[in-house]
Amino acid sequence: MSDDLHDLYQDIILDHNKRPRHYGALADYTHTAEGYNPICGDKLTIFLVLNGDHIEAVQFESACCAICKSSASMMTEVLTGKTLAEAEVAFKRVADLLSTELNLEADLSVDGEIAALAGVRKFAARIKCATLPWHAYFAALKG
Amino acid sequence: MNDVLTFDYRRVRTDFPILATEVRCKPLTYLDSAATVQKPLAVIEAVDRYYRAENSNIHRGVHYLSEKATDAYEATRAKAAAFIGAADPDEVIFTSGTTEGINLIAHGFTESVLQAGDEILITHMEHHANIVPWQIAAQKTGAVLKVVPVDDHGVLNMEAYEALLSEKTKLVSVVHVSNSLGTINPVKTMIEQAHALNVPVLVDGAQSTPHMPVDVADLDCDFFVFSGHKVCGPTGIGVLWGKREWLEKLPPYQSGGDMIEKVDFDGTTYKGIPGKFEAGTPHIAGVIGLGAAFDYLNGLDRAGALQHELALLQAATEQLTAIDGLRIIGTAPEKASVISFLIDDIHPHDIGTFLDAGGIAIRAGHHCTQPLLKRFGVPATARASFAFYNDFEDVERLVAALNKMKQFFC
Repeated sequence: MSDDLHDLYQDIILDHNKRPRHYGALADYTHTAEGYNPICGDKLTIFLVLNGDHIEAVQFESACCAICKSSASMMTEVLTGKTLAEAEVAFKRVADLLSTELNLEADLSVDGEIAALAGVRKFAARIKCATLPWHAYFAALKG
Repeated sequence: MNDVLTFDYRRVRTDFPILATEVRCKPLTYLDSAATVQKPLAVIEAVDRYYRAENSNIHRGVHYLSEKATDAYEATRAKAAAFIGAADPDEVIFTSGTTEGINLIAHGFTESVLQAGDEILITHMEHHANIVPWQIAAQKTGAVLKVVPVDDHGVLNMEAYEALLSEKTKLVSVVHVSNSLGTINPVKTMIEQAHALNVPVLVDGAQSTPHMPVDVADLDCDFFVFSGHKVCGPTGIGVLWGKREWLEKLPPYQSGGDMIEKVDFDGTTYKGIPGKFEAGTPHIAGVIGLGAAFDYLNGLDRAGALQHELALLQAATEQLTAIDGLRIIGTAPEKASVISFLIDDIHPHDIGTFLDAGGIAIRAGHHCTQPLLKRFGVPATARASFAFYNDFEDVERLVAALNKMKQFFC
């Protein structure tokens, strides 16, 4: 098995894919949006409970690939309890980790589990899988 | 099985330079021929030779190279006609591919045939290229798009087809072989039934021409379209064949140079067919490459090639079905060598990436047939498609990689 493949499907990713956190529809959400990638068919729905600028809860449902699903699962962990401004910063970090121009060294101790997304950037066709949940989050905010 | 052994696929593989290459440090296992077919050296060399030694525009120059290019271009028109069993090369129009061929007919029908309340009949297993042009034609004219359903195996419901055909139907446009499911449709019967009501039929041959000999005279279809790049030719070139009376009746698609007889500011007269439909400098290198592709295929034992493909299909179907949790979408009794499949808990996109790391090229996605996949309740499938140059080792590598992948993900 190639090293690149192991970088892409790290244990953290496979774990979130198998046991996604905060999975399932939220009945009492305040914001929701669907994310869809027509090229590969990735589809997911984000449910948010906002209290002012405070994210009280995030859940998702999906029919998508391992990268998209685990990215969504990690996103829910990152966003829960954050302010909207902190969420912006978190997304910036994810986008930077996925950038082939920046080629940042991810650090598990600093970035937490989302460090695992750095392996995706070698696979140009898969970067959109990782960012789809975040785009759906911002779409939900906009309503 | 004797037929299979007589087709020397090992030798045929050496005609295709790309099959000897490596991707991701692994020998290429190319199982994406339904997307595009690889090119034999003869085609690559014909295009190379044209640009190196024969490049010239056609139908205009008096000089040596222009005459040579015109001859080669028109010779391919005759080869294209012969390739699909058409008697008259003038009924062959060069297009950029299947998509443009369908758009050309949809444009002509929009301009001169369809009226509000008319019906266009397609099937649930059409490629987007045989759906969207008709939606646009319907929007522009007030015609109505009707769809023949398919069953759970991916077989057309022929009773529904007969019931949907009526005096209102102005055209049936049907895919010969489904690119997603591999289903071979009974187009000859469909054409007979349509003609009984004087309804013309367009056959989308993008996926049939790579696999099996086609005879438009025997089918008696009114239009037949296919793509050069799926019959070992270059991309960006394709063929529309139509019955003379139809092509003469339909208006030009694009206009400009080379499609006119005489231009005056008071008015313009057009060339007859095929020139009427070929405005501007065409894809000459593509046509010459396509001519070489026809020569190449004509030199093959095509019946043997088809038998070999069916043997690959059978071997792959048996071995894939044996994988726990794998489900094949498209199980029609009449099938070309295309297998769409799903594996429990592993998304097709992940299957595609995993196989790619082992040098195995398959397609993952909706295959430009979103309505069909929706009918099967899936957003995407993985698709392995086999050509006559694939071998049984390709099947084995696919199956081994899928088994390895299952351990990895589960």
